[in-house]
Amino acid sequence: MAPKRRTSLLDPALLAPAVGGAFQKLDPRTLARNPVMFVVAVVAALATVLTVRDAVAGQSILFQAQLVVWLWLTVLFANFAEAVAEGRGKAQAATLRRTRTEAMARLVGRTEQIPATQLKPGDCVVVVAGELIPSDGDIIEGVASVDESAITGESAPVIRESGGDRSAVTGGTRVLSDRIVVRITAAQGSTFIDRMIALVEGAERQKTPNEIALNILLAGLTLIFVLATVTIPSFAAYAGGSVPVIVLVALFVTLIPTTIGALLSAIGIAGMDRLVRFNVLAMSGRAVEAAGDVDTLLLDKTGTITLGNRVAVAFIPAIGEGEVALAEAAQLASLSDETPEGRSIVVLAKERFGMRGRELGGDTLRFVPFTAQTRMSGVDIGERRIRKGAADAVYGWVRSLHSNFRVPADVEQAVSDVAKAGGTPLVVSDEARVLGVVHLKDVVKGGIRDRFAELRRMGIRTVMITGDNPLTAAAIAAESGVDDFLAEATPEAKLALIRKEQAEGKLVAMCGDGTNDAPALAQADVGVAMNTGTMAAREAGNMVDLDSDPTKLIEIVGIGKQLLMTRGSLTTFSIANDVAKYFAIIPAMFAAIYPQLNVLNVMRLGSPESAILSAIIFNALIIVALIPLALRGVRYTPKSAASLLTRNLLVYGVGGVVVPFIGIKAVDLVVRAVGLA
Amino acid sequence: MTINGWLQIALFAVLIVLVTRPLGAWMHAVFEGKRRFLGILETGIYRLAGIDERREQHWTAYAAGMLLFSAVSIVALYLLQRFQASLPLNPMGLGNNSVDNSFNTAVSFVTNTNWQSYTPETTMSYLTQMVGLTVQNFASAAVGIALAIALARGFTRRQSGTIGNFWVDLVRGTLYVLLPLSIVAALLFVWQGVPQNFSAYVDATTLEGATQQIAQGPVASQEAIKMLGTNGGGFFNTNSAHPYENPTPLSNLVQMVLIFCLGAGLTNTFGRMVGDQRQGWAILGAMAALWLGGVALAYSAESAGNPAFAQFSVDQSAGNMEGKEVRFGIAASALFATVTTDASCGAVNAFHDSFTPLGGMVPLINMMLGEIIVGGVGAGLYGMLLFVVIAIFIAGLMVGRTPEYVGKKIEAREVKMTILAILCLPLAMLGFTAIASVIEPGLAGLANAGPHGFTEMLYAYTSGAANNGSAFAGLSANTPWYNYSIGIAMLIGRFLVILPMLAIAGSLAAKKIVPASSGTFPTHGMLFVVLLVGTILIVGGLTFFPALALGPIVEHLAMQAGTLY
Repeated sequence: MAPKRRTSLLDPALLAPAVGGAFQKLDPRTLARNPVMFVVAVVAALATVLTVRDAVAGQSILFQAQLVVWLWLTVLFANFAEAVAEGRGKAQAATLRRTRTEAMARLVGRTEQIPATQLKPGDCVVVVAGELIPSDGDIIEGVASVDESAITGESAPVIRESGGDRSAVTGGTRVLSDRIVVRITAAQGSTFIDRMIALVEGAERQKTPNEIALNILLAGLTLIFVLATVTIPSFAAYAGGSVPVIVLVALFVTLIPTTIGALLSAIGIAGMDRLVRFNVLAMSGRAVEAAGDVDTLLLDKTGTITLGNRVAVAFIPAIGEGEVALAEAAQLASLSDETPEGRSIVVLAKERFGMRGRELGGDTLRFVPFTAQTRMSGVDIGERRIRKGAADAVYGWVRSLHSNFRVPADVEQAVSDVAKAGGTPLVVSDEARVLGVVHLKDVVKGGIRDRFAELRRMGIRTVMITGDNPLTAAAIAAESGVDDFLAEATPEAKLALIRKEQAEGKLVAMCGDGTNDAPALAQADVGVAMNTGTMAAREAGNMVDLDSDPTKLIEIVGIGKQLLMTRGSLTTFSIANDVAKYFAIIPAMFAAIYPQLNVLNVMRLGSPESAILSAIIFNALIIVALIPLALRGVRYTPKSAASLLTRNLLVYGVGGVVVPFIGIKAVDLVVRAVGLA
Repeated sequence: MTINGWLQIALFAVLIVLVTRPLGAWMHAVFEGKRRFLGILETGIYRLAGIDERREQHWTAYAAGMLLFSAVSIVALYLLQRFQASLPLNPMGLGNNSVDNSFNTAVSFVTNTNWQSYTPETTMSYLTQMVGLTVQNFASAAVGIALAIALARGFTRRQSGTIGNFWVDLVRGTLYVLLPLSIVAALLFVWQGVPQNFSAYVDATTLEGATQQIAQGPVASQEAIKMLGTNGGGFFNTNSAHPYENPTPLSNLVQMVLIFCLGAGLTNTFGRMVGDQRQGWAILGAMAALWLGGVALAYSAESAGNPAFAQFSVDQSAGNMEGKEVRFGIAASALFATVTTDASCGAVNAFHDSFTPLGGMVPLINMMLGEIIVGGVGAGLYGMLLFVVIAIFIAGLMVGRTPEYVGKKIEAREVKMTILAILCLPLAMLGFTAIASVIEPGLAGLANAGPHGFTEMLYAYTSGAANNGSAFAGLSANTPWYNYSIGIAMLIGRFLVILPMLAIAGSLAAKKIVPASSGTFPTHGMLFVVLLVGTILIVGGLTFFPALALGPIVEHLAMQAGTLY
């Protein structure tokens, strides 16, 4: 994929092949996928045959031939729209193909290399610095920095290591340093890059549920208008006249919903493409549609609602202990702590009291790292043992030193105050003395509150998922404005929450990266897996975010909604157009039988021929005019359904009635000026 | 147009709004099984018929029950007409009805159409009228209500496999809704002077000294259900223009209210069933807008009269009184014509054939839209809900969600079934008109030439397919061609709409209910009403625009230019 290069909407480089594509798509097998345009092609063929027959019979076919040309142009414009939409994906796929690995692979314990194409899932290969990773897999040994720009477009290398949630590597990416052993997980042809190519190219494009329903509606409307037009000849015969077949064809084609019929697949492809350009891969169009329907968003607290790291903001000394002593002990205990929380304690002590680590003591320092068992870290300076950690862990530690230790009430109070405020309390002890509490605070991202308010207006409920205790979770939930929270979340609790929401008829979106997120990702209607995540997570979700940015979930919902809105708006526009077309064609059609009907010619079109020709020309040109809108999508602002509906009904409903009156009149003026009819 | 005329129209509207809530609440309670004041009778019927009232049906079983009931009704009614000469209650000794007309009439009354191509007082015995036609007036109406309730259940049920029990709905609708109201209405009509007897026809001597035979019969009882059940089949040929059927302006008003009351009430029942009465009011609001447009056009066209009369120094200040009863006048006739075709009643108190072209176009359009403006009892609501599905699907995507209505997602299956249902009306209306307008048996029945004759044919098939039954008159429809073809149009218009509709009910019932949020498409306000009306006019109206242009529209333009047909 071209890294971060934004191809313009109607790039000439994409338009030229699309013209060729428009003709290729005249293949009946391709046309048959789109019922409305297939019908137009059939009647265009019929009209062509009739016109040739009339020409052979020596009749003047000037008017007829023009109509035939515009009928075919209607079909070609529709094909062109689809080809343009596909164009960008095709270009991306070509880039991806070039980067796809033709690399050799070295199986563990073997010296000779085999082609990557011969790898089977379960094989273990060795990859060293400078080599391409031959296929998708999990690192089982080693750590390496990997350049993933081939798929993410991001040139900064990422760290991949065995174990944990960052073990997945993607075929076609390049190892920049070190040596890793990878267990292959994907068979050739179904690797991530293969799937990406298929997706952006649209080769696997299947109609989405809404698209199918809309196609049925359009086919049904087409049938209704078949009835409306095929009955006209006998009505005309009753009135003692006749209507030429070509005019009936023109009326029919202008009445059936050609505008939306022509643009429907382009809208769908463009929607997927918008996601791709947003560096999100949707595994199916269904997932994009589901994103628009989402009722509940499950958002991980860390990284989405709060900045990734908690920050120390205050030292709260116990009664009888000084703040400086507390700060000093806390800093000492954090010196070896490489976690962002630990570093923020060092920084806070430095800022508040000008303490610098190296000024402290000459005794031998022995650092005690944090472990999941002790839930503490600290430092031993000679015989002096300083510890910091979760309150109960530190209490337990002090009690082990001094069996009749009792927790000071003020410390207990400080711990609970910090927790209630949404912070994380760390208790610091020096030997058997409890010095006080460090207040670690979750920093809520700026602007997140407004985003949640916006989502609420759109009718979307946000739920914060956090491992914190309920007290802390409640405080952060209140501060960030999230609607609800799931505290002390386990994978099971997450899954249960999704099931509960779904049982109420809601659609749920979430993102996740760890293997233990996989069941929930699979259960959610929209599951966005982080690209940094494990293979299991990436398999379980129906979208992959190449940037691994959990905040994107909100934008993904927006893109899904925009896709549906574009479809709805253009459908409304297309159907509303029919009013003007009737007023153009009906008086012209019956001009010979009932000249009185010219009263209905409200646009004052020049002649019956120019009226019919103008209607069919307008009908074809409006497709071209709307291609940019179909590809870009209608303007989307997060508002309530009622205000979105008001706006779109005005623009596309009322506009759809009015615009063709003006457009057909304008075409008519040109047609007559040029002397076409 | 006069203030007095508009006041009559306004009074009618107010009365309908007033009865909507109580009737809606009543029917809601009846179909929830909470009102069973004839419980012994009801359970007796179930026991007799072997119905387990607690056993609910899948939509296919519900549809099978409805089809079976209708088929048996058609056969029974056919046989009754074919053998009436040998049966009792036939004081005038009327003979057996013809094969083609018996078929047409049997289909007509079972499909709630009540198209009558015969003259009742010289064709049907009292027994046929009472045991055959009046029974079907109840039954076909009860079937309609049952179907609407079944569809409403589709919207309200949550992941359910069933949509109610057809037989139970049929019995409850008849016992607790149609019968009590009919009895009250019949008594009202008797008070207003409508006869209710089994007497032989009376010979009277007119002022000119001629002898006139005046038909008698159990008129009031049939009149009540004729209106209440939106049947419209008159006891007499001239229907509600006959002084025995509709003697006074008060009886006229009561008749119109009876036509609309159950249809309007059902919108409220629907609202109550889905747990938000505003949903019902929004639907009624869309109906009201279309009704008002129709009345305004018909009333103004009829008030304007015929400009061609100016040269004959005929006073046209009262408007076009041709074919109207003086006791009703322009406003009440135009209103009646609109109301009877808004609903699928088809009773007439004036002759639509004599209306001005635009005045006559209003009933035509009302029926072409599928009689969804209040509509036939039940049929109006389910017909309107089909248009709601279309409107929601076209515009619903514009809010960026899969379209949903009262919590149910509208997906491919619902769209497919709705299209099937909506498609069969233009198929029958336009298709048969197209055939009739080029074949000899079709053209033979016309009384007028040109666009007016065309409108007569179009009206007949439209009325049949829409299950209205009102006649434009002018067309001699009691011929084998028209009896059979209109009969088929009626069957298409009834059952080919019902089957897909029940399929929708079934598939909706099986779905989850999505809780409403501010992201949900709002379907209870003005915006939705506007959208719904727009969709109905564009999708429903545009289908028929060419036919209308060649019929009433061109006739109107010709009339303005002084040419009459």
